[in-house]
Amino acid sequence: MKFSTRSQNLPLYATMLVLLALFSVASLRYEGFFSTRVVANLFSDNASLGIAAVGMTFVILAGGIDLSVGAVLAFTTIFTATLVQNHNVSPFVALPLALAIGTSFGTGMGFLIQRYELPPFLVTLGGMFFARGVAFVISQESVGITNATYDKVLEFGVPLGAEASLSATALAFIVFLIAGAVLAHFTRFGRNVFALGGNENSARLMGLPVGATKISVYAISGFCSALAGVVSTFYKGSGNPADGVGFELDVIASVVIGGTLLTGGVGTMAGTLTGVLIFGTIQTVLNFDGRLNSSWLRIAMGGLLLLFILLQRFLSRHTAAVR
Amino acid sequence: MMNDPFARIRPWFSGASLLWPVLGLLTLLVFNAIYAPGFFRLELRDGHLYGTLVDILNQGSKVMLLAIGMTLIIATGGVDLSVGSLMAIAGAVAAVLVTQAALPFAAIVGTTLALTAIAGTANGLLVAAVGIQPIIATLILMVAGRGIAMLITDGQIITFEHAPLVFVGNGHLFALPFTVTLVLLTLGVTSLATRKTAIGLFLESVGDNEKAARYCGINTTLVKVVVYAFSGLCAGVAGLIATSNIKAADSSRVGEMMELDAIFAVVVGGTALTGGRFTLVGSIVGALLIQTLTTTMYNLGVPPAVAPVPKAIVIVAVCLLQSEKFRQQITSWFGRRQA
Repeated sequence: MKFSTRSQNLPLYATMLVLLALFSVASLRYEGFFSTRVVANLFSDNASLGIAAVGMTFVILAGGIDLSVGAVLAFTTIFTATLVQNHNVSPFVALPLALAIGTSFGTGMGFLIQRYELPPFLVTLGGMFFARGVAFVISQESVGITNATYDKVLEFGVPLGAEASLSATALAFIVFLIAGAVLAHFTRFGRNVFALGGNENSARLMGLPVGATKISVYAISGFCSALAGVVSTFYKGSGNPADGVGFELDVIASVVIGGTLLTGGVGTMAGTLTGVLIFGTIQTVLNFDGRLNSSWLRIAMGGLLLLFILLQRFLSRHTAAVR
Repeated sequence: MMNDPFARIRPWFSGASLLWPVLGLLTLLVFNAIYAPGFFRLELRDGHLYGTLVDILNQGSKVMLLAIGMTLIIATGGVDLSVGSLMAIAGAVAAVLVTQAALPFAAIVGTTLALTAIAGTANGLLVAAVGIQPIIATLILMVAGRGIAMLITDGQIITFEHAPLVFVGNGHLFALPFTVTLVLLTLGVTSLATRKTAIGLFLESVGDNEKAARYCGINTTLVKVVVYAFSGLCAGVAGLIATSNIKAADSSRVGEMMELDAIFAVVVGGTALTGGRFTLVGSIVGALLIQTLTTTMYNLGVPPAVAPVPKAIVIVAVCLLQSEKFRQQITSWFGRRQA
């Protein structure tokens, strides 16, 4: 058993190694890459992605998948932007409302998946179409936000040395990631999620609350997607119903590259963080190097995805053979 | 069986599963007959048929083609998420070849389709030989494929005025759009191959119980690789049509969300995602249902961006109707009332 847990951690180490290698090569190659500013920006630029990835990690750990995250993000951005900008609703009311809607949306999908034993893939696909459509019902165009509370949040920053500071969105990401890690690895709920993803029947026979756990992971993912949307309104200063197309793929790719098995039951929050940072580092490299166009980001992510899935596959075969 | 209101017409369909999609399509058509005057009007101009119905066939051709390939994959218990990206690759390759290489048109089409079939084969190998879940294996190409397409076109939108390639998506044959011929041809060949030879049986047996199929002596790996390659081929043809329609290769938009429409068409058509029995005609009806839904909403003045909402409702409704638990719940409600 000890051997299998160790080999399950191998993908995580491999991912960390990739991140380290990527960052080192980029630091040697591009002047000014190795700086606290770049690292701080990695966190604030990818706050939305990271927060959504925390939610997705729970869903994938439980053996499911959530395709609706990009659409829920888009809905949340346009919902909050319209409320704050066009209806003069205080952000203190609009933001909790948006988060509540995202959470209930996720809960609804989780209910359909759990109660009627529907495939998560199709239900969240329906959720994706639905949320995207509703986002466009609210507004067909991008809505900019000018609001005193927003400005105050944007001014906020924790200084890191002379030239860098950690923005509020980056802080939100870090705090949320830690909360997610605690929930996943140090609570009863977290253990239920792992058990459910490992083997649903065993989990049920052990008397674990399988149904409630299953619905909860989709609720968490809905909340995370909505929070990612809220963070995005701060980051971009606007809401846009067309935001986050293909976002779900980036999120899933980050989680899988982070070593979480898509079959469920195996994975870590640290891995998810590493996956998100790899995504961010590739993007930063593309920005530093003007010659490479953005299509390389997709190809690199696809290549890494292939590499890590093959690695996982090889390891799981190997462990099975040892047993 | 006595209470079955459809007992008489059931034998008309090749299985009960075809009943619901056909009924859905009919409902939409009846709705249009009432609320959209001129919906059924057909006009013959210059020997070409025009009208809303023809538009539905023409615009639905891409999803129908994808759905044919997707049906076979889903029958084996898999799924192919990469078809949209493959469409973009096909469009990019074809556009670059017609604008930059002096090749005969047949060679251009051949190269394009060969490339997408090879990409499909790669998917199939990942699924069958390496043993990765289909959703994940094809997700890789879905993510990377669009990047590859952008790389081929160098991030630009390549426009062309190449007559044969423009004909693929805009030409007419036998008074109907040429795309209809392409769909019928693909459907005909696929139906013959799956219903008149043992291939269909192989597909269903792999989807029903892969282990049993292997013990029966079926080369399950080969069967799977072939269906993914075929789906790649279908995606290639659909990509040619999509690119030809707009006379340009737009790598970031061509085939966007198309994979989801195709899966939706297959599921609505009555082929279960769990694999096994499949119906090609059902998937075609499913694809037509989606296209009619979209066209109906355009006619009603619903903005195109809002169109996904009803689509989502139909997806979830169809899933619920196929769910054993949901049916039990409904029957228990009605059972109590009658008792």
